[in-house]
Order: sequence, then C-alpha cells, then structure tokens
Amino acid sequence: MRAPLSWIRDFTPVEASVDELVAALNQLGLEVEGVEEPGREVRDVVAARVLDIVDHPNADQLTLVDVDYGSGQTRVVCGARNVVPGDVVPFAPVGAQLPPPFGVLAARKIRGETSNGMLLAPDELGLGRDHSGIVQLDRSARLGSDVRELLGLDDVIFDVSLTPNRPDAMCVVGVARELAAHFGLPFEVPAPHAPADGGVESDITVRIDAPDRCPRYLGRVARVTMGESPAWLAQRLVKAGMRPISNVVDVTNYVLLERNQPLHAFDLERLGGRGIVVRLASAGERMTTLDGVERELVAEDLLICDADLAPQAIAGIMGGGTSEVSGTTTEILLESAYFEPMGIARSSKRLKLRSESSARFERGIDPNGVATSAERAMELLAEVAGAKVATDAVDEYPRPIEPVRISLRTSKVNAILGTELSDVEVVDALRPLGIEVGGSGDAITATAPTYRPDLEREIDLVEEVARRVGFASIGGTVPRPRDQVGGLDRAQRDRRLVADALVGAGLSEAVTLPLVAPGDLERAGAPMDRIVEAANPLRAEESVLRTRILPGLLRSVAHNRLHGLFDIGLFEVGRVFLAPDAVDQVLPDERVHVALALSGIRRRRPIEDDRAVDAYDAVDALHQLFDALELADVRFEGAVRAGFHAGRAAAVMVDGHDVGAVGEVDQRVLDALELVRPVVAAELDLDRVLAARRRDRSFRAPSPFPPYSIDLAFVVDEDREADAVARTLRGAAGEVLEDLRLFDVFRSVALGERRKSLAFALRFRAPERTLTDEEVGAIRQRCIDAVRREHGGELRG
Amino acid sequence: MNLADAQQQLDRAMKEASGAVEAVTSPAELDDVERRYLGRRSPAGEVREAIKDLEPADRPVAGRAVSAYNDAIGALIEERRAALTAAARAASTETERLDLTVGGHGRDRGHLHLVTQVQRELEDIFVGLGYRVAEGPEVEDDWHNFEALNIPPAHPARSMQDTLYVRLGGDEQVMLRTHTSPVQIRTMEAHDPPIYVVAPGRTYRNETPGPRNSPVFHQMECLAVDHGLTLADLFGTIEAFVRQLFDDESIRTRFRSDFFPYTEPSAELAVSCIFCHGEGCRVCSHTGWIELGGCGMVDPNVFRAVGYDPEEWQGFAFGFGLERIAMIRYGIDEIRTFFDNDFRFLSQY
Repeated sequence: MRAPLSWIRDFTPVEASVDELVAALNQLGLEVEGVEEPGREVRDVVAARVLDIVDHPNADQLTLVDVDYGSGQTRVVCGARNVVPGDVVPFAPVGAQLPPPFGVLAARKIRGETSNGMLLAPDELGLGRDHSGIVQLDRSARLGSDVRELLGLDDVIFDVSLTPNRPDAMCVVGVARELAAHFGLPFEVPAPHAPADGGVESDITVRIDAPDRCPRYLGRVARVTMGESPAWLAQRLVKAGMRPISNVVDVTNYVLLERNQPLHAFDLERLGGRGIVVRLASAGERMTTLDGVERELVAEDLLICDADLAPQAIAGIMGGGTSEVSGTTTEILLESAYFEPMGIARSSKRLKLRSESSARFERGIDPNGVATSAERAMELLAEVAGAKVATDAVDEYPRPIEPVRISLRTSKVNAILGTELSDVEVVDALRPLGIEVGGSGDAITATAPTYRPDLEREIDLVEEVARRVGFASIGGTVPRPRDQVGGLDRAQRDRRLVADALVGAGLSEAVTLPLVAPGDLERAGAPMDRIVEAANPLRAEESVLRTRILPGLLRSVAHNRLHGLFDIGLFEVGRVFLAPDAVDQVLPDERVHVALALSGIRRRRPIEDDRAVDAYDAVDALHQLFDALELADVRFEGAVRAGFHAGRAAAVMVDGHDVGAVGEVDQRVLDALELVRPVVAAELDLDRVLAARRRDRSFRAPSPFPPYSIDLAFVVDEDREADAVARTLRGAAGEVLEDLRLFDVFRSVALGERRKSLAFALRFRAPERTLTDEEVGAIRQRCIDAVRREHGGELRG
Repeated sequence: MNLADAQQQLDRAMKEASGAVEAVTSPAELDDVERRYLGRRSPAGEVREAIKDLEPADRPVAGRAVSAYNDAIGALIEERRAALTAAARAASTETERLDLTVGGHGRDRGHLHLVTQVQRELEDIFVGLGYRVAEGPEVEDDWHNFEALNIPPAHPARSMQDTLYVRLGGDEQVMLRTHTSPVQIRTMEAHDPPIYVVAPGRTYRNETPGPRNSPVFHQMECLAVDHGLTLADLFGTIEAFVRQLFDDESIRTRFRSDFFPYTEPSAELAVSCIFCHGEGCRVCSHTGWIELGGCGMVDPNVFRAVGYDPEEWQGFAFGFGLERIAMIRYGIDEIRTFFDNDFRFLSQY
C-alpha cells in the first residue's frame, strides 16, 4: 500500500517530519517498507510533446522519438512502445538529474544513434517500480514546464506493508486515521455529495441469489463522458502505484485507494436486461476474465451477471471483457458491494487470481461504507467525467451488518499487558481509532466500527491499547517456573551424547532433506511398503518421505565428491517416516535414526601409511557411540543387507534385537550416485538404541590381586564369526575373566582350506584372592572344550 | 689377618676400584665393578669376614674402615652411574628425537552442524531459566499445525505454495509442519499448566532452495503458560535471552506491532545490530536493527482449543529461526549453505 503524504493531509493536518512519521507507522504495526521523495532527486525534467516516431535503424526494440520541449526540439532513443505522436511525456534533457542509478544525464550513443536525453517511466522518476511504459502527462500541459509540479513529485510516499488483520489500513483514509490518533490530531473524512440529476433514471434491477456470499450490492447509474483524467487525479494514482487508464476507471481506482472500497464500472448498455444478478457459478461454467484467460469455475465461485444471467465478473476478483467500459461508453452502472471474505479468499486461491479488489474483499472491507464510497465516486465522476448521476442508488442490503459490541475490563487490559493503566487511559487509547467507548472500570462497552473486522473480542481491544500506548512503555520482567526444574530429558541428553561420540569419531554432522527419490530408497534397501508420498513435492523426482536417512546422506557424499572432496565422514541424526499401519492412525510413525557414511582415504602420512576407509571404520564409530551410551549388550552379526556389499555387512544387535546395519555400501548404490569405492556406512534406529539396557553402574572395587594371562588360538571354519567364538569364551571363562581380546586372525595352507586361526588373549583376576595355576588351568580347559563343542574349533598347538 | 693387613688390603682395593670405576664405559660394566669391589667376595667383604678373628680392640676400628671403604666406593660408583645415565640419555635423546610439528596420526575430530550448536546453546539458555525441551512430530495434522493455532481454513499460510502436504488422510489434511508452533498445542494437550517449554526442531516449506529460501529450516518455539503471565513477562524473557545469546549487555530489543493468528497482542522482535550497534551496516541493511522473530500473548482461542480456561491462564509464545541467528552471528549470506552439506562448511564450525 503506497500512501502519498499529500493525500493523507486531505484528512488530517499532520506536520511531523518524515522520520517521525515512519517511526509512528512502524510502532502502530503499519510497517514502512520504503519511503520515496521523488522530488528531491529529480531536476530539470520537463513536459515534452512527441512529434514523430521512427524505427531505430540498428535495433528492433528501440525507436527514435522527436520531441518538442517548449524551448526547442531534439531526438531521443526510446525503448517503450506506449507513446504516439501528440502524447505529452516527461522528458529529461542532457544535464537533467534523475534518481539513482542515472544521476546527471549526458548525451549517449545507443546502437549508433545519439540520444539527447530520456523519456521516463514511473520508476525512473523515483515513483515505485513500474517500468511498463512512459508516463503520460496531461496533453494540455505547457511544454517545458517542470514535471515535479505536473506530477506532484514534491511529496513523500510511504510504502506500507500491512498485516492481514488490518484491511482498514489498506487505504489512505485508514493510514491517516492511525496517524491522527498517534499524533493526537483532528481527523475528518469529508462526507461526499454527488449532485443528482433527475433526468437520469435509475431503471436498473439488482437481485442477489446468494445473500450469504454477497450481503450487500449497490448499483448506481450515471451518464458519463469518457476521457482522460485530469492531472491531479492521474498524479495521485501514479504516486500510489497505479496507471491512469480513463477517467471512469481512474475514479474507481481512486476511491479504492482512498477508502478501501473496490468499485466496478459496467458499461450499462452492454449489460443484458439493464440489471445485475449475483449468483453462484454452476460447476464447469466458463468465463474469460479481463486478463484474457478463460477460467473454469466451480459451484463455490460467485458471479456478477447481467439480468440475462450472463457472467460479467467473478465477484470481487476480476471483471470480464464484455461489459467493460470503453471510449464509447456513455452510461455506466457503478458496482459498490460487500462480499463475504472467506468466499473471495477461497475462489481467489483456487483460481490463482489476485487483484487489488480481491486482496481487500478477502480481508474484509467496511460493509457500511459501500454507499458512501459510491457517493464519493459519483462526486468525482461529476467532476472529471461530466457525470450526470441518478438520484437513487439500488442498494440491496437485506440484513445490515451491525457493529460489534465488546465488553472490556480495565483490569484485563492491565493483567495481559503488565501495565497499570487507568480507565481514562484505556478509553483515550481506543477512541481516536473510531471505537465508541462507554462505561468505566471493568464495565467498559466498546463498539467497534465495521471497518475494523479484526475487532471482535476483548483481547482484540487489549491489543489496540497496547499498540496505542506503545510497546516501549511496557516493562520487562522475567518469570521463572515455580515447580519445575529446567533440563533435558534422558533421550535428549542421550542424543547429544550420540552426536558428540560421532564427532569424536571424526564424523561431521549433516542435515539432509527428508524428501527423497523412491529409487534411492529402493536401491539402498530402505523399506518400501510404508512409504509416505508428498502431495506437492518440490521436485517431481524427490517425491516421498525418507524411510532411511542413509540414501540422502550418500547423496551428500556424492555432492561433496563433485566438489573434489572425497575423504570425508558424515553423520545425521533425524527422523524417518513410515506410513500409518493402524486403522485409526493418521500421522506416520516417526522414528529417530542415526546414519553415518565415510569415504575415501584416511590420511595418516607421514606418521603412518595412508589407507582407504573400510567397514571397520564404520564399526569403530558405532562402538564409540555404544560406549558413550554405555549399552550393556551389543553385538554384530554378519548379514546380507540390501544396499550393502553382500560379504561386508553386519546386522547390529542390541539386547538381541536387530537395530540396524553396518558395512560397505553396495556397488549398485555407488554407481547410481557416481561414487567410487570405498564408501562405508551404517544406519541405526536410534529410538531402539536409546531404549536398550545400559551397563550396570554399581561399583566394583578393582581387585588388588595379580592378574593371570593366557593366550588361546583356535582353528575354526572360515564362516565362524570371531565374535561368536569370543562370546563362547566369555561364557566358559566366567566371572574371573577380566579382559578378552582377539589379537590375531591367521590363514595358511597348513590350516586347511576355508579354515582360519583365531588367537585370543585372556586375562583373569579374582576379586579376593590370587588365582592359582590349577584354577586357571581348569578355566582354560573349559574354554577349549566349549569352543570345540560349539564351533568345532581345535586348539592350535 | 691383622688390622694393619686389613687396612692395607682396603687401601689397595680402594686404589684399584677408583681406576676400575673410571675405566667403565657402560652401566653393565659398572655393575660388574660394583660386584667386584662391594660384593661379598670383594676385598671389603673379605675384611668384614675377618673382623671376628681380630683382637677385640681392633674390631671397631676395622669395622669403621670397611664402612668408610664402602661409602667411598659406593659414592664413586653412584657418581659414575649418574654420569653414564646422563650420557646415555643425551645419546638417546639425539637418536629418539621426533619433530612433533609434523602432525599426528591424522585422527581428526568431526564437527556438529552449526544449527545444532546454536540449538544447544539456546536450549541451555532456556534450561537455565527453568524451561524444559518439548518435541513433536515433523509430519503434522491440520489441527495441530493450523486449526488449533487459530489459523482459519482460508488463511494464506495454508496454501500449497507454502505448505508441503503428504498423501495421508483427506486432501491437504497432513503436512510437513510449517513451524514449530504445533508443539505448543501438543504440549498443552498433554499437560496441565503451568508450562514452560521450548520446542526446537526442523520445519518445512514448499520453497525451492535459494539464497533466502530453503525447504527445510529450523525454528525454536518458546511457550510459557501460568497464572498472571503478562506482555511485560514476554518482553523481559526475550530481553534476558537475547543478552545471553549474544553475550552483550548493551544489546537492545525492539518490539513492533505485528499479526499472528495464535497470539494477541503480537509483536515482531528485532535486536540492535550486533555489528554496528545501531549505526547501520550491511548486515542490518542500514537500519540498525535485525529482525529475529515473532512473539505475543497466547490467543484465548488457542487456549480454548486445548481446553484451558483463558480467564484462569495467561501465556506467551515466541519463535525464531535458528539459521537466522547463525547467519547474523557468522555473516552467512545464504540459508541454503546450511543444507548443501559441503564438507568445507561443516568443518569450519
């Protein structure tokens, strides 16, 4: 919303500085996004008449325009197409000054033709961002006269951004009302008066078939003389960011900008049956809007039709071409109406069609301002289009919308705001906003004006008081909970431990998008039976929610590889999503997973040799994670897992449950991502890991007695897993086993085909005595027997 | 052997031993010398054996002589041993010298994502103020993400342009949460007041990644509900938190009227620019202020939606983007930087 200060002053005599005005608007919640003072940066720009236009010899898009600027004639190169000979336009001669980036103009050669200045579009004059064509000045303007005066550039234009709850401030009157309240100034909107002409008959009909959607529709007839708007009117539109079109259309826009009432002028001769019917569309009905697009409607869309039921406009959103006013129009039906906001919002959203009108209707205009705004339009039409106005309007308003009465307690205001305002202060805060206030103390009755649809409840008035007294006057106290100790819960603390452990293991944390390609999930062996699909994915190929983190993390590895970064380790802790599997469940199951991936070379030189990452690096990282969590029962079991190398993967078992997998990433997965070996990875269901049993933390006194160490090597079949043998040894060795370590894996011809030797170091110690040779000998024998029994393993001599 | 013989033998041995100690070149040779001149079969050992056969009057004299001999040779040996050890150390220092500036075994520590670091920092600040950390699902239903937050069906925030919907339930009924505010609703549904929580987490929008937009980002929501909480409590809490976050007592906060469906009164929260302290610079777009988030008093309709009596309970809520805080603090220009997962970025923090 662009509000020129000169226009605001029509309603309140505000004299504050620009900085004060900006500060006031910002405090009031009418955020100032920009301030333009075009007159400050424009110098020596004058009105000039277009004499002749010829094509530029070297450029299709450019023309050469001869202009007469009063004291002489010259030629400029021009890129705009909206000028014809006879137009009067702003001309910046060589030496004139324009807002940045132009500065002081010099003569320039453009594609071989000299341009002695510029013809200007609104943005080049510092008026907003409109660059669609050259500004048209009043043709009667004196050539050579300063455009600052012609366009009223010595003005301040506030570009105000409004929150959706404040439709009332989407107009100049609304902004003026706020400023008047803030500065304690008088505020008056003069009552319009259109001189009626008894000779113009109000012979039109208005019928509302959908009164819920259109509570009020006013039609008024006038005979008009189409033409251009006078300079003062055109200027204001330009400064407010609109292009002048014709006197009749400009007046409707002027009233829209001034009073927030969208208006529409129909060419009455082109309205079948000289009447209006407001009805719902029938499903599938089609209509071509002013922008030339044919739109298919649904039964919820509201139409403005003529008396023959032919659609003329999509109510409150956009008109059609058939009854649009044109140069030949002599008689108009002016529409001033109030439409139900939600209905307009739904249609506008579904049709993806927004307009100045729909933006206002969907937020809610003043239903009781409809007639006054129509009167204002007629007053202006009488002035600028020689309108002869019918005496009466046809005003269909079957159930007038009454102002809302709201009970307000001063005590509640203070309770919410933490203030100690008196009754008088509360009342004084509200009155200048047009809110009628009666009563006192906790029995104040406020009547909200109908231009403020956001005021319905006590809390809405509390907010108004806060706005008016200013947030800066409200104190700052820090409340603390009385019965609660701040802190993280167990899972939150554990998740921090997990991340810290992985960081300690050399991995860096990534954050990937949960929307992934189904193919990535499938290749990586992620569950596909409970996929949640996105309804409107950002990219068609990334159309489902992840059921595993790893596929996305591997994409990040690939992305880094594209940047020449191979030797990396990443992890992510995040959610995965599985579609509901219970009848009454709507939301997916969300589980927290942790995934990690390492690729490339582990740089160890010059201290050690470099080596490629391998699956043991991933296993190490998991061990650090489990150790940080002090899990009691973790083991790895060789397993074939989709997405992993068939011979280099293991299932991760926690408390005997499969919670994930670790291993080298499958070649097929790597190929799809244009990655090369080695890439190793793991993914765990972290929720299950965190739920697992933890190590016993009760104190065990370190034994003061000496240890007893032995080594045992067993020859077993190749497919016997070291960890299984180790578990057997632990079981057989019993309580006095203090430490067990696999220290060698050895294969040779002598051992036999598909056989291997596993050598373990065992250390025993008893808590309360020195172990004897006999005791350890017995334990040793139990170990040997158990390995033979359970694994067919023979002690190696 | 008489006393004189003994004395003579000790003197002779003393002379020999001194020469032998001087002559040794290794600790092992020194050990030999020690055995030879101080052991049981050494000259002193023989004299000590013989003492019992001396005249009683001579015995103490001989005993003292043996002690003197032992002390003197012992001192010589220890002196020599110390010298040898020092020489050996000096020699091995040379051969064992390591250039520690070469580096290490190359075991690097990784890095927490910058957003995680900021999130932890914020969590810890609020924990210090007595808050707990609440969580909720990232895929939400219409009730929690919109309806209960007083966001009506036709609200622009619900449009497909802003919201990533999933194919569950009815049309546009289930979505990736667009903010962390639904956690407010879930927390209030699950617990009676008083409530003091923060809810950090990932949020999603239907936006193509770009300098200012990201389909995924993080927010932190704060919700306090208690008897008699006021707008002044909200402002004071934010001021305390902002000073702690930026570790700067001089930082100022600014509140401007704003609109959110779930709070009233509502305000936009800005802080004085941490770089120029209000003078105006590139980071704050020459305004002197940096917008941080939104805040307000919990709307009575939200309380009604969760079954709280708005006449009994009052509360405040505020929320802000975690990336934004990191961007301000570290001068990061583009939000997508956080989600490219470029290892150079991840390793920088």
